[in-house]
Amino acid sequence: MHTSARRLGGVFALGLAALLVGCERPPTETVQRGYRGTGMVEVYNPRTIDKQQEANKVPEPIPAAAPGGPSAASTFKNVKVLNDLSAAEFTRVMVAITSWVSPKEGCAYCHQGADFADDSLYTKVVARRMLEMTRHINADWKNHVAETGVTCYTCHRGQPVPQNVWFTDPGPRMAKGLAGGLGEQNLPAAEAGLAALPHDPLSRFLVKDNPIRVVSGHALPTEGGKSIPQTEWTYALMMYMSESLGVNCTYCHNSRSFAQWETSSPPRTTAWYGIRLARDLNTAYLEPLSSIFPKGRLGPLGDPPKVGCGTCHQGVYKPLYGATMAKDYPELGPGHGAPAPEPEKTSDAADAPGVLGKILFETGSRNLDADNLKVIDEVARQLQGDAALNIAISGYADKSGNADKNLELAKQRAFAVRDALKTAGVHEDRIELKKPAFVIGAAQADSRRVDIVTQ
Amino acid sequence: MAEYQNIFTRVQVRGPAYAGVPLGRGAYRRDGKPFFVHLLGRLGDAQVGPIYLGWTGIASLICGFIAFEIVGLNMFASVNWDPVQFARQLFWLGLEPPAPEYGLHIPPLRQGGWWLMAGMFMTASVLLWWTRMYRRAKALGMGTHVAWAFASAIWLMLVLGFIRPLLMGSWSEAVPFGIFPHLDWTAAFSIRYGNLFYNPFHMLSIAFLYGSALLFAMHGATILAVSRFGGDRELEQVVDRGTASERAALFWRWTMGFNATMESIHRWAWWFAVLTPLCGGIGILLTGTVVDNWYLWAVKHHVAPAYPSVFPPAIDPAALSGVAK
Repeated sequence: MHTSARRLGGVFALGLAALLVGCERPPTETVQRGYRGTGMVEVYNPRTIDKQQEANKVPEPIPAAAPGGPSAASTFKNVKVLNDLSAAEFTRVMVAITSWVSPKEGCAYCHQGADFADDSLYTKVVARRMLEMTRHINADWKNHVAETGVTCYTCHRGQPVPQNVWFTDPGPRMAKGLAGGLGEQNLPAAEAGLAALPHDPLSRFLVKDNPIRVVSGHALPTEGGKSIPQTEWTYALMMYMSESLGVNCTYCHNSRSFAQWETSSPPRTTAWYGIRLARDLNTAYLEPLSSIFPKGRLGPLGDPPKVGCGTCHQGVYKPLYGATMAKDYPELGPGHGAPAPEPEKTSDAADAPGVLGKILFETGSRNLDADNLKVIDEVARQLQGDAALNIAISGYADKSGNADKNLELAKQRAFAVRDALKTAGVHEDRIELKKPAFVIGAAQADSRRVDIVTQ
Repeated sequence: MAEYQNIFTRVQVRGPAYAGVPLGRGAYRRDGKPFFVHLLGRLGDAQVGPIYLGWTGIASLICGFIAFEIVGLNMFASVNWDPVQFARQLFWLGLEPPAPEYGLHIPPLRQGGWWLMAGMFMTASVLLWWTRMYRRAKALGMGTHVAWAFASAIWLMLVLGFIRPLLMGSWSEAVPFGIFPHLDWTAAFSIRYGNLFYNPFHMLSIAFLYGSALLFAMHGATILAVSRFGGDRELEQVVDRGTASERAALFWRWTMGFNATMESIHRWAWWFAVLTPLCGGIGILLTGTVVDNWYLWAVKHHVAPAYPSVFPPAIDPAALSGVAK
């Protein structure tokens, strides 16, 4: 009896070990990011982080080029992209690229023989296009890369082909005939965290512009609801993003309501631009290179290597842990040699896009002071400058005191701002009063406010 | 009576095999010579057989086998008939319902036709088994409680795979066959409909599910604990309350202030078990048909609490004018 009990215990322990073999070993660390009890937590494995930090060290910058000197265009032949640099800057960039992209292969990876102007190697043509792409990202995609920017090293990390490029996945070979259609899913999907979800969400969303949003914005059904299979595609993309950044869903979303923006965390906005960035790069820069790449560099369907979140991020929430490498290489930045261009009016910086004004109130008050009126004046002027612009106003209150009174107070605050805007000459039709999902905030000055946002 | 202190059954009564009660008019015969298996006796009754399947049982098994084969062979085909890959990827493989564009039409076999057929045979199998349960209970002069409890589970299955897809006008809303595929479906379903945890019938279903487990543990423990006083003769104790019942009742009155009775505890357990899939089925049926986003529904009806904001609210870039990118 005892031996059989022990044997049974042994079998049980073995089974338990088999079940746990895929799990991460504790301890892990958690960092609370949202309000307590809402599960807005990031989970880190300190052992993984140690390894990642080692892998994400930034190489020492090359000393800056001496100012002045002859221009690259006049010194070298066949300079098509970096022709706004001086010869010294140009040489510096070339040295840097060699160490970032082809440290082993050297200059010969792109340059044919002694004639550095020769374009006969495909790698040189691709590299030229990639330089344009890098400048494009640093100049036009600040709402994703902010002032951190990117360099060749962000993706390449010392390798001629960046590690995390991807190709359109034709799926495995299936039996022909009547059976076995899997609907592009139900296999261990490498891009979707090995779930049985659709296995190529990247072609669908990061090249083609398919709608990503699937959750209804209304409590009750309306026309055009999204299907469950569509949801699984989006789910696969989200898994890819999560894996690529080494974060949980809750890094961007409040998982009680994935769809709602008001309760999401700010990185979600950055990520939104990131999806568009990847799509832009794939369609404008990488797909057109399909005729340039030799066959061996193309995917199974003859498509060129493409970028996704993981290509830059490589498992880290900010590539290279947010090291601002690009500032050491202004040659790769926008408008080299000239002052940085004014940010476009329509893409109001990455920190708070769309917020036209924020009006703070005293506790219990709905009165506008002189500073508030200045903000309102400014908003009114912007509205007069752009006839297509409409705004939404949302009032908030802090939680001190009676909840019903606070709800009413938040409304009165919104009314006050609306009336002031009308007084400043804004037509009523352009203002929408919008009740936010969460009117009552913490007991702090920031909760006693009215937000004016574009819509 | 120390035997009852063990978690496994330690007593195996070994009399002559029992053929079952004599049955009335129009009776069938049970087949096979009964035999005893010691290991089965550790978990339940050691006697196996005689068995009776009848035409409902046989038809049910045939239908179930066909459904199982359709699913399995489709999975096998999807790895190009490679047995190694079939074993390796088994948990991922699946059989998907038709795509949304087919609506409620019958698609080609490879595009979901097999799914429809597998679902049909599975449903037939389950319904035939239900008929068998009902009729066996009647034949033995029993009540039909088991059949109706089973019907509750069948209700949930039919809502998921048949009734709700019909109401939504698309087979694609139904659950795929497969281990991970159906789990992924479940997660996607909750996400699509704005978090199923805010669905009150889902809440009830969970409460009954966990409640069932709790009641089962409480009841099992209680009866084992008073078996030394004859508490295992539960039915006799219903009408003739002995010291076992008195002690069990007193124990629960002491520890939680209230006690069930020898009869009522079984009704508690039955209803908790039955209400689990019953409520779950209602919750699924309402999802997408009358409620499209359970979170927003819960906000509207003051079910979902509001928490103080910690971040500045994220702005939806798609809602901004002038964002072309």
